[in-house]
Amino acid sequence: MITLTELKSILADSRPRRLEELAREAYRVKLQYFGRTISLYAPLYLSNYCSSHCTYCGFHSHHRIKRHKLSDEEIHREMAHVAKTGIENILLLTGESYQVTPVSYLKEAVGIAKNYFSSISLEVHPMDVDEYRELYLAGADGVAVYQETYDRKRYAEVHLSGQKRDFDYRFETPERIAKSGIRNISLGILLGLSDIAEDVFELYSHLQGMEKHFPAVEYSVSFPRLRTIKGLGFEPSHTDDVTFVKLICLTRILFPRVGINLSTRESPKLRDHLLDLGVTKISAASQTAVGGYTSEEPDKLDPQFDVQDERSVEEIIKMLKAKNYDPILTDWRTIPATFS
Amino acid sequence: MKIIMNGKIKSIKDKKNLKSLIAEFCRDSNHVIAELNNVIIKRDHWDKAELKSGDTLELINFVGGG
Amino acid sequence: MKTQQQTTLSETPFVMGGKEFKSRFLLGTGKFKNKTDLAESILSSGTQIVTVALRRIDLERHEENILEYIPKETTLLVNTSGARNADEAVRIARLAKEAGYGNWIKIEVINDSKYLLPDNAETIKAAAMLSQEGFIVLPYMYPDLNVARELVKAGAVSIMPLGSLIGSNQGLKTKEFIQILINEIDLPIIVDAGVGRPSQACEAMEMGASAVLANTAVATAGNPATIAKAFARAIEAGRLAFLSKLPVEKNMANPSSPLTGFLFEQ
Repeated sequence: MITLTELKSILADSRPRRLEELAREAYRVKLQYFGRTISLYAPLYLSNYCSSHCTYCGFHSHHRIKRHKLSDEEIHREMAHVAKTGIENILLLTGESYQVTPVSYLKEAVGIAKNYFSSISLEVHPMDVDEYRELYLAGADGVAVYQETYDRKRYAEVHLSGQKRDFDYRFETPERIAKSGIRNISLGILLGLSDIAEDVFELYSHLQGMEKHFPAVEYSVSFPRLRTIKGLGFEPSHTDDVTFVKLICLTRILFPRVGINLSTRESPKLRDHLLDLGVTKISAASQTAVGGYTSEEPDKLDPQFDVQDERSVEEIIKMLKAKNYDPILTDWRTIPATFS
Repeated sequence: MKIIMNGKIKSIKDKKNLKSLIAEFCRDSNHVIAELNNVIIKRDHWDKAELKSGDTLELINFVGGG
Repeated sequence: MKTQQQTTLSETPFVMGGKEFKSRFLLGTGKFKNKTDLAESILSSGTQIVTVALRRIDLERHEENILEYIPKETTLLVNTSGARNADEAVRIARLAKEAGYGNWIKIEVINDSKYLLPDNAETIKAAAMLSQEGFIVLPYMYPDLNVARELVKAGAVSIMPLGSLIGSNQGLKTKEFIQILINEIDLPIIVDAGVGRPSQACEAMEMGASAVLANTAVATAGNPATIAKAFARAIEAGRLAFLSKLPVEKNMANPSSPLTGFLFEQ
């Protein structure tokens, strides 16, 4: 496994030739282990109520935005809209509120999702093993939980209140998810909070530890790049495109079978190029505001982040086919194990 | 009534038997393997297998593999 | 006394599960970019056994069924991929049998997503259960002689040791241990996983393997039908090389000491 020094040196190396070598290796590994398949998914925000104060996030508890939580009827409407585009893989998101969106609400949402999608993932507040197990039995097959930053000091600086302040509880969440039976776990860091090399190094260590203790789980990683959000007063440190590309390449090379997710935060041009360099799962036609897919007044909503790639699912599929990629809408479709 | 078919909740007409359901949902019934509530249903019994609300049905076929 | 003559090994037929096969090349059908490539690869290589897997039908997109691209005479070897333990492997095997395409099962029990290494212990369990139910069992395993012996006892009709990690194209990293299996186990040894080049398949055959399975190397090649043919020919070449190596034991006083055999000639 790469050392922190090696990682820092790769990130500091500004020679275009070295970057190209890295990219070639990433391309080769990607082709060998994933062939030409790219999975598609869409995010669906159920609620933006949040009880944690994360200074970098548009949904944080102290930010004055219009709060909304989808009713059952609205969930049906939103999901039907996304399902019509052909997406089979839905990622359900909420702000972190244990009161407004407790497990019972999430279970209900997963239950509704089963009418529309064959794969259901969650990106919600960290929970206990039994709660994850309830969601697993209700039909959730994946969970994403990002540590945001592995630097404890920085973590405390940007997470001012709420359950999220508990660094260890969050850090141990992937383990609890694995113990519940869920077999797809996504880890990640937010680029823009701390020193990139150190955070990436810690992420790799976290991932390796999980692989070692829970080898049956399928892992993936994400590297969302933070951007300034109006009215927050938080300035993320900038991660340039070259560094971002290097991270994707390195991750692909070091973890040949781990998935790499990329959201519509990034531009079409960058996303298209990153497909060759290791990205395996991308979102399409995303709406990042609660009720964003079917709202009659989308401009009045508060998105979690601004979408840069606004292409429709159809356009994305067309692009993938033009680049000789095989768009996968339903992952694997393995026959499920009978619950014992 | 609602059943769970290949992991998704589906609304189907009451009094449907497995044979007509498969004919409705699968392009080619020939290569389909059916497992209803964890029991494999033989092809010549499909017309006798009646679906109940809440049933779990897996419709399976061959795909490429190593 | 008959004169000692160096003669080649005579070819023994490749028989498994009561069937005789002319081709010693098995083809995996996963990862093909399109199905016509698969059909052409089967034709060009002359393979008589292909592996397939079982999955839920995609009810929204009506894909063509892979069986339409596999000739009727080809033996279908259904792998239990997705199974993480013996019980799951048995369930998949029973589903496959229900489909009515024979009962040839490649036992593949993997619960490690990092290396995709097979679980030998669960494989032995599955082999025993499935042979009892009348399946023709070909277990995919990590080359371990003790495990191979258990698999023989469990009723397997051949042993499929991995050459290297699935998809790695690294060839015969486990060469020494495959050789041990070839030497000690009386069942056909079919080298599977990691065979990336025809030359590696040839090497396996030269060692005395009975057959070779390749998938990734063919499916992801620029021209699958051509490389499939190359594999078939390399496997034939390797087999001939193996047959030309050793003297046949035929009424010889002491074949292992040819230098002093002359002392005992009459």
